[in-house]
Amino acid sequence: MAELMVDARSVRKSYGANQVLNGISLTVEQGEVLCIIGPSGSGKSTFLRCLNHLESINGGRIYVNDELMGYRQVGKVLHELKPKDIARQRQSIGMVFQRFNLFPHMTALQNVIEAPIGVAGVSAEDAKTLGLELLAQVDLADKADHYPAQLSGGQQQRVAIARALAMKPKLMLFDEPTSALDPELVGDVLDVMKNLAKAGMTMIVVTHEMGFAREVADKVVFIDKGLIVEQGTPKQVLDNPQESRTKAFLNKVL
Amino acid sequence: MVDSTDHSDDVVAVPLRHPARWIFGGVAALLLLSFIYAVASAKSIQYELVGKFLFDHRIIEGMGVTLFVTVVCMSFGTILATLLAIMKLSQNPIQRWLATGFIEFFRGTPLLLQIVFWGYLGIIFPQLVLGVPYTDIVFLSGDTSDLIPALVAGIIALSLNEAAYSAEIVRAGILAVDGGQVEAAKSLGMSSSYTMRKIVLPQAMRVIIPPMGNEFIGMLKNTSLLQLIAVAELYTAASTISSANLAQIELLIVSGFWYLVMTTVLGFPQRALEKRYGRGFESVGGRAAPRAFKVGRR
Ligand SMILES: Nc1ncnc2c1ncn2[C@@H]1O[C@H](COP(=O)(O)OP(=O)(O)OP(=O)(O)O)[C@@H](O)[C@H]1O
Ligand SMILES: [Mg+2]
Repeated sequence: MAELMVDARSVRKSYGANQVLNGISLTVEQGEVLCIIGPSGSGKSTFLRCLNHLESINGGRIYVNDELMGYRQVGKVLHELKPKDIARQRQSIGMVFQRFNLFPHMTALQNVIEAPIGVAGVSAEDAKTLGLELLAQVDLADKADHYPAQLSGGQQQRVAIARALAMKPKLMLFDEPTSALDPELVGDVLDVMKNLAKAGMTMIVVTHEMGFAREVADKVVFIDKGLIVEQGTPKQVLDNPQESRTKAFLNKVL
Repeated sequence: MVDSTDHSDDVVAVPLRHPARWIFGGVAALLLLSFIYAVASAKSIQYELVGKFLFDHRIIEGMGVTLFVTVVCMSFGTILATLLAIMKLSQNPIQRWLATGFIEFFRGTPLLLQIVFWGYLGIIFPQLVLGVPYTDIVFLSGDTSDLIPALVAGIIALSLNEAAYSAEIVRAGILAVDGGQVEAAKSLGMSSSYTMRKIVLPQAMRVIIPPMGNEFIGMLKNTSLLQLIAVAELYTAASTISSANLAQIELLIVSGFWYLVMTTVLGFPQRALEKRYGRGFESVGGRAAPRAFKVGRR
């Protein structure tokens, strides 16, 4: 059996009285692509943000690459780690956001090499070589000196992917990476993600692109109201759903 | 009814005319001219004295002190303001209260009062002792007026006051930066201080610089209040001279002229800074980059 990259065990999260995640358990093996689907407000983004501890959790445990994320367990209590240790853990997890979140005061190349230089301690020269390589990989070698405001949405998102890859992550998280894009720009971003999957990257993708899920995902999870309703291969979940809530959701989006 | 419209395509478009602008402009020019005439022809103003003292060495030295105090106070003030702003935005309630208390106190009392307070500290506390209370450990002790001469007192007063005012400017700048920026930085493993220095503050600068330019000009003029504690800046120099030769108006014109020159010259570095921190925020290809206002000709 392949090694587990992500092992989430009954993750619970609430904002005040609003219980958003009600005990989510799932595993992702190394090299696997997991797609998360579900209605708006079901907790998909929240779950993703718990994985790299952008959000703290109220219960359960998350292991990424065999390391307990964000906490240290003493007896039955999880103690939150120091910011420094959380920052270190996040270095091996890349994240791509719906609204790109590129640093607008930096060029594409600077966006990509800021963290390798400032966080990982890579030399400026090596970082530049790496940055140009990554930009070429997302087909933007000629845009290295452009500022984000000078790029289209699709180009910005590809720079954001290159930026996340620059830290050489073991796991990539994507939160609806194409839903802020014009339809004709979606394909380029999905192509980059497909190539990444082919190259063996472990990926968790929150998406409404059922075509992508069907083609690339090893596993699809349908979440509703902070609970996993159904999971399985894309064929099982997308083409032959067993639960009525899954069927209702798929009817709406397809 | 007769249609007077010419339906041929051979027509000319002219922009909207603005006759009111010309009328206003004319009236304003007239008022300005008569004011200049009144001042220039006033018998009581001896213009040769203005010329004589314009480049007087005391005036020039005073201007040096004014510039020095302005730059030093703005530097200290801005650094302290940034710390206060970060404290005020902190999760830690004690830091928030400290910062809020500092800001409220220094904004809530007149600057004049603060300057006099620091200037006369020697009268309130003739001896200054820096050490551990209730022990014999003393790091520094002496006469207050020796340890804090008037210039230092003035710099302390202006810096602290400035910090309280600019803290809110810096805080507004930090708040103007999209929260997604911090999340992206965190997700790359950046620490919060690194994120503040490299991601948040450089973007906040865009919002901070224009009001800080105002602060700079305000500071330049507020240094004249240091005359009260006898710091030899420009206004003090001018009033020292005028109290000897009784040419008050002439020396007011001299110092006013130099204040105006200095505040005008300060506008240039401000524009350069605005340009530097505006990089990446220009709108390109018709897609408006996020910015609060568009300035420029219509
Ligand atoms: N910072 C927050 N504070 C309070 N409530 C929040 C916060 N973030 C999310 N929520 C709530 O948590 C619930 C789940 O939100 P989440 O963003 O995870 O949904 P989602 O499945 O990603 O939806 P979408 O498809 O619209 O992105 C929502 O009810 C939302 O209002
Ligand atoms: Mg979401």
